[in-house]
Amino acid sequence: MIVGITARAAGTDAPVEQRFGRAPYFVFVDTETGKSESIKNPLVDAAGGVGPRAVQMLAEHDATVVITGQVGGNAARALEAGGIKAYAYRGSGSVADALAEYTAGNLKPLPLS
Amino acid sequence: MKIAIASGKGGTGKSTVAANLAFTLARSREVALVDCDVEEPNLHLFFPGSAVDVPVTTPVPVIDLARCTFCGECGKFCRFGALSVLKDRVILFPELCHSCGGCSLVCPQGAVGEVPRTVGRVACSCSLPALTLISGVLNEGEVQAPAIIRAAKLLAEGHPLTLYDASPGIACPVIETLEGSDACVLVTESTPFGLHDLRLAAEVAERVGIPAGVVINRSDGQDEATLDFCRERGLPILMTVPFSREIAAVQNRGGLICRDLPGWEERFAGLFDAIVRLAGVSQ
Repeated sequence: MIVGITARAAGTDAPVEQRFGRAPYFVFVDTETGKSESIKNPLVDAAGGVGPRAVQMLAEHDATVVITGQVGGNAARALEAGGIKAYAYRGSGSVADALAEYTAGNLKPLPLS
Repeated sequence: MKIAIASGKGGTGKSTVAANLAFTLARSREVALVDCDVEEPNLHLFFPGSAVDVPVTTPVPVIDLARCTFCGECGKFCRFGALSVLKDRVILFPELCHSCGGCSLVCPQGAVGEVPRTVGRVACSCSLPALTLISGVLNEGEVQAPAIIRAAKLLAEGHPLTLYDASPGIACPVIETLEGSDACVLVTESTPFGLHDLRLAAEVAERVGIPAGVVINRSDGQDEATLDFCRERGLPILMTVPFSREIAAVQNRGGLICRDLPGWEERFAGLFDAIVRLAGVSQ
C-alpha cells in the first residue's frame, strides 16, 4: 500500500506539513517495502484549484491513503471519488512519526463529505 | 463612442459619476449604460425598472468515457484545477473552469467535449425613454466575471453612445471593461489610498492604450498630491466634486445630484464635453 504524506521538505525525516494542496513536498511511502519517494509539489504558489490537482498527483503515484493536517472541499470531493482515504496528523513530528502513528491506528480519518 | 468609468480603489464614486453622466446625456440623446461591476452591480438602484434577463453561459468540459484512457493530460494542463483525473474516473469542478478549452486541445483521444453552463445573466431595462440600462450579474460563487462583462457589452453594441461602469481593482474584469473603449474616466478621492490605486488604474489604461482623464470626488480642496500626479502623467482633470453633506444626502437616498441639485446637470454636461475632447472622436 502506498501512503502519501504532506511534508515541508524531502525525505521521511522532514516535518509534516498541515496544508494539503500547497504542501511543499509529498512523500510517498510503500508500506510493504518501506521505500519512499519525495515529490516536490509544483502547486505551492499556484493561484487556486490546487486541491483537485494534488489529488490527481496522489492517484498518479497509486496512493490509497494520505496523511495531512486538513483538506479543502474540492480536494475532499476528489479524494472521496478516487477512494483515497485521508487521515489527520496534527502533531509536529516527522513524516516517519506520522506514518508510525497511522500504522498504530492512532490517526482519525478526515471527513470527506 | 464608448466611455469606461474605472477607479482602482473601490468606493470612490464610479457609479455616481456613471449614473449622473448617463442621466444628463439621456436628456438629449440615446444612451446605453452598462454595469460591468458584475459581482455587485448597483446602477439599477439609481434607475429602477422591470428588466428582461438574458442568461449567460460559458463552455465547460464533458468527458466521453468511451474514449477516455485516464491518461491525466487534461488535469495536468488545467491550471485552475477544474479536472481531477483518477484511476477510473475524471472528476469535474465546473465552477473552477475558466473555459479556456485547453483540456479538449491536449486530450490525445478527443475525449473532452464542451457543454454550456449558466454562470450569470444580463438584465436589460429602459427606465428612462432614452436610457437603456444593461446590468451584468455574475452568479454567486462563480469566477468568470469577464464572460458576463463580454455579454453585457455585446448587448450594448450598436448604441451610438455607451458608458461602461467598471468594477473596482485592476484585474481581468476591469481590463475586459476597458477593451474597446474610446476614453476612460478614472474616479479618485484625495486620500493616500485613492492616489495609490489611481496610479495603478492609470497604468492599466495606458497599457490598454485608452486615453484617460481624472474625476476627483469628495475633494476637501487639498488635492495637491493628486494634482501633482496628474500633471506628471499628463492626465487631465475632467471634473472635481467637493466633499459636501448636501451631495452625500442626495446620494444616500439613491438620488441623482444632476437631477436633484441645481447646477450639476451643467457640470456633468461639461464632463462629457471634456471626455469627448479627451477621446478625440467626433460626435
